[in-house]
Amino acid sequence: MNPMAEYVWLIMAIPLAGFLINGLVGLSSETYRNQKNVIGWLATIAVFVPFLISLQIFLSMSAGSEPVVVRLFTWIEAGNFTSDVAYRVDQLSMLMALVVTGVGALIHLYSMGYMKDDEGYWKFFTYLNLFIFAMLNLVMANNLVLLFLGWEGVGVCSYLLIGFWYKDMVKSSAAKKAFIYNRVGDFAFLIGMFLVFRTVGSLDFDVIFNNIALFTPDLAFWVCVLFFVGATGKSAQIPLFVWLPDAMAGPTPVSALIHAATMVTSGIYLITRFSALYMTSPEAMLLVAVIGGLTAIVAATIALTQNDIKKVLAYSTVSQLGFMFLALGSGGYVAAMFHLVTHAFFKACLFLGSGSVIHAMHHVEHELDHEGKKLKFDPQDMRNMGGLRKYMPSTYKTFMISTIAIAGLPFFSGFFSKDEILAYLFNAGMVGEYGAIYFVLWGLALVAAFLTTFYMFRLTLTTFHGTFKLPAKVKGAEDSAKYLHESPMNMTLPLWVLAILAIFGGLIGIPEFFVSTFTTADVNVNWLYEWLRGVTTRETIVLSVTTMWILAFIAIAVAVISTLLAFRMYNSDNADASDAAIKKRFGALYTVWEDKYKLDEVYESTIIKPGFNISDRGLAVFDIKVVDGTVNAIGSIVQFFGSLLRFVQTGVIQTYAIAFVIGVILIIGLLIF
Amino acid sequence: MIGLELYLGVSALLFVIGVLGVLVRKNAIVVFMCVELMLSAVNISLVAFSSYMGDVHGMILVFFVLCVAAAEACVGLAIVIAIYRNNITADISKINLLRW
Repeated sequence: MNPMAEYVWLIMAIPLAGFLINGLVGLSSETYRNQKNVIGWLATIAVFVPFLISLQIFLSMSAGSEPVVVRLFTWIEAGNFTSDVAYRVDQLSMLMALVVTGVGALIHLYSMGYMKDDEGYWKFFTYLNLFIFAMLNLVMANNLVLLFLGWEGVGVCSYLLIGFWYKDMVKSSAAKKAFIYNRVGDFAFLIGMFLVFRTVGSLDFDVIFNNIALFTPDLAFWVCVLFFVGATGKSAQIPLFVWLPDAMAGPTPVSALIHAATMVTSGIYLITRFSALYMTSPEAMLLVAVIGGLTAIVAATIALTQNDIKKVLAYSTVSQLGFMFLALGSGGYVAAMFHLVTHAFFKACLFLGSGSVIHAMHHVEHELDHEGKKLKFDPQDMRNMGGLRKYMPSTYKTFMISTIAIAGLPFFSGFFSKDEILAYLFNAGMVGEYGAIYFVLWGLALVAAFLTTFYMFRLTLTTFHGTFKLPAKVKGAEDSAKYLHESPMNMTLPLWVLAILAIFGGLIGIPEFFVSTFTTADVNVNWLYEWLRGVTTRETIVLSVTTMWILAFIAIAVAVISTLLAFRMYNSDNADASDAAIKKRFGALYTVWEDKYKLDEVYESTIIKPGFNISDRGLAVFDIKVVDGTVNAIGSIVQFFGSLLRFVQTGVIQTYAIAFVIGVILIIGLLIF
Repeated sequence: MIGLELYLGVSALLFVIGVLGVLVRKNAIVVFMCVELMLSAVNISLVAFSSYMGDVHGMILVFFVLCVAAAEACVGLAIVIAIYRNNITADISKINLLRW
């Protein structure tokens, strides 16, 4: 028993306390709401301290440590069902807790700068702390019920934060959209939980994992599929991914924290947690891989056509999550976790960098406003930017580093994790009965990787290289460049920390063959694999070392070619011409991408419209005519008899007196005769 | 010697007159007097029984009835006056607020 594990409840309690203090005091006191420094630091520390505790627990564990379950109290007790508030301290949950609190603390720090002038400052930090609390419950829970509490909790926080500027109708409906799409997935997840309970009779992880044998192949398949549908909602996969791009309506730190680094990865975590179950059902794994592969390529092609800096990153996130599901589907659970971690670093960095850019553009808009020029331009449209590297060196450097990392150029973190995913896909092609499909998916993943590199460099180069385009694009903004400025220290510091992690984060999972080729000594360089060995299962790699090298070089070649191509097309202010060239080359296909595959429209016409019509013409009529009709009919019958009987009550005392007399006569009559 | 039946007959007659008065008269004062008439009828039968049985309890009871009747007359007349002041009428068929 690990003595440090006793303190695990603090990890959950501190963010909750931060949430309560900021929330309740902020709600009741106007003066407190203006103490922005106090609020911001309190919230940041409420995440940073749990990070330190997690780190301490993490360091006191070794790869071979047995999982420790800390039971706090019994939460629900009904019949033979009990559910505790119990937290599981094992390698997987601590890894997730570190990512959540670590990235979370950095983003809190960043938000103090980003949200400085917002009147909802206290509310923002209250929600963020609540989110951290819910997310930690999700990853640390020892049973599915508590996990589900966290699962819904992060959904609520996501809703609250997407709709943070709720006075804007578009933003508040984006929040609703996110919530409702998640609800579809949650429904399936719940059914899956019911199935698990019916089979094993408990929702505790230990009991489930010890009784995997109780699941018949059919049952395992359905449970896996239902859990996966839940994951597609939270982790934005086909068919439920359309909410994520709209979720960019929220403040940028929210996009970084919730919609890139943490919440959207909870589906990956769930499936990794249940890897033992998934391994028993190859069909479910295939489904996961196919959906992941399709999402990766669909989102990557859409990202290619977007001009909103945050939208590109949003589609990129969807695409990268698709990569993670590809890894899960091909048995590389560790590879998926690896990509999750590295993605958390570089994508959070990219989002925060885009926030820094948007911040600067807003400042320009604001200053122009001061000059008396009421100019309308989109501060998120990258066609208005360009040349920002001169004005925002820190943002530029960190953004570039993260772009290189996500592009998969060698020795940055994304390279290692993406390479491992591709290797697992190829490996899954070599074994098992669905090999051919996995080879196709491997091809798709390569194309998606190519596109990823391309659109990310398109974004970075258009934003930061070339010349500042706003003066040319918008009349009246000719000398607006002088208002561009680097963001303050508390925004650039998290950027640098994340950028450094984006460079070196890959070192936690250096593939074995990198070293074993050169030395015969038995070395374990793949720390992450060692670390998670006891918690997750994984497919064994059957590929030879030579094949692995070839695959790695293919991946490098794809990334390099794509990078060079992107530099040629976008490096020197020729974004518009290059976009047009791509459009010409792909013709109708490009239009499909630009229209985002018309998925929103398809859902609108196949689900929302018919649903609305059924409700409007069927259910509403039934409700008004039949349900209301029955109730009203009963009411009017009563009213009818009442209207007859009321004439008995004349109000004249003598009428009542007559009734008395007649009554008395009757009673006396009965007594006498 | 006048027999008990005769007393009871007078009492019953008075009582029925009182009841009919209460039921049919419209003026509140007259209705009130009819109630007194009913009470007197009861008193007569009480006294008649008392003397017939040679038991004074009946007589004592009459005093109580008279007291109650007096008190009731006070309160009742006060109410009638109050109603009259409000409605400018003592016609009880017009005082029918307890209606639908």
